[in-house]
Amino acid sequence: MTNLIDLPGEEYMLPGNRACAGCGLALAYRYILKALDGRAIMCVPASCLTVLGGMYPVSSVRMPWLNVTFPSTAATASGVVAGLKALGRKDVTVVAMAGDGGTVDIGIQALSGAAERNTDLLYICYDNEAYMNTGVQRSSATPKGVKTTTTPVGGKREHKKDMAGIMEAHHLAYIATASPAFPDDLYDKVRKARDMRGTRYIHVYAPCPPGWLFHTKDTVNVGRISVETGAVVLYEIEDGAFRLTGLSKEIADFDELKPLTTYLECQGRFRDLDAATIEELETRVARRWDRYVARDEEADA
Amino acid sequence: MGTRDCGHLSAMAAPAKGEAGETGRWRTMRPVVDHTKCTAAAADSLVCLRCWCYCPEAAIEKAVPIEIDLTYCKGCGICAEGCPSKAITMVPEVECEDGE
Repeated sequence: MTNLIDLPGEEYMLPGNRACAGCGLALAYRYILKALDGRAIMCVPASCLTVLGGMYPVSSVRMPWLNVTFPSTAATASGVVAGLKALGRKDVTVVAMAGDGGTVDIGIQALSGAAERNTDLLYICYDNEAYMNTGVQRSSATPKGVKTTTTPVGGKREHKKDMAGIMEAHHLAYIATASPAFPDDLYDKVRKARDMRGTRYIHVYAPCPPGWLFHTKDTVNVGRISVETGAVVLYEIEDGAFRLTGLSKEIADFDELKPLTTYLECQGRFRDLDAATIEELETRVARRWDRYVARDEEADA
Repeated sequence: MGTRDCGHLSAMAAPAKGEAGETGRWRTMRPVVDHTKCTAAAADSLVCLRCWCYCPEAAIEKAVPIEIDLTYCKGCGICAEGCPSKAITMVPEVECEDGE
């Protein structure tokens, strides 16, 4: 495990980009690029990340970058993989990176197709739990009870889709979840995925100050609380072997989860939740946590 | 810009700082560092550096003493929030001498 202080100082994402102040995605992205040593080709659909990447003729990223259509992220990346294979290039990682909307809603069929073919690419979904770039519209990754500009009074009525679970059903070589509040854990996971072959999937939960309605200074705090309360669980599945990582592993071994209300109350998007919804969310988080801990113990045994 | 090494024009974008302009102008609060409290400055070595680590703008270099690039710092306040020795304070931009 890499220590925070030992993470490389070289920056591939340049300052003065278009990301909002306190952007969780920008923080995650910084470490994803560090882990790739800048040796990668990015395929990015419409998303906050396209905005962060910049407008022609200037780019805020020191790496090759393709802007692609919303549903075709994994398909384009598959084409890049085929192109590199034809050229005999083996020193570059092809990275498809999309938001939750571009992954869970719009890009899912291309991703599922690439995963089924086991195309040699790293797919990273940064999940800020709504279409943030266009002004906070709900996606199927938005949790129940969240207020967006396109949810009914009282918040979203449906639960969040478990995208990492869907990818697990594709039996990939590597699947992981991560959070920018733990850059060391994120860095290690991207690095591990980089050195593997076949389709690899990483799901990064990216706190979003304007969309989740919290102060810009609290991005890291909210990310940390999300893991402390079990709203986000850090794990990796390597060739089918499940294990909890980072703070989630520590909590499973030595501690217990904090009440989920700590997480719900630190953001404005969960405001005015009724007691029944809170209880439903708590039950779901608790059940899922027990399931993950059981799987982790099973692996340890 | 947009010219390849071979001299041909191309539609390839070139990387540069400040793609969105001087984003420091977005700032309402300015991070001010008190180097007497900074752990890294006291040890004069690459220790702690949580500010560098958690800066979503990459506006702080991994170096001692730390320096925040105010041309691009958007003033989110994550560095001040995460500093274990409270060496960074957020000061309203209007109260700074050269503030706007």
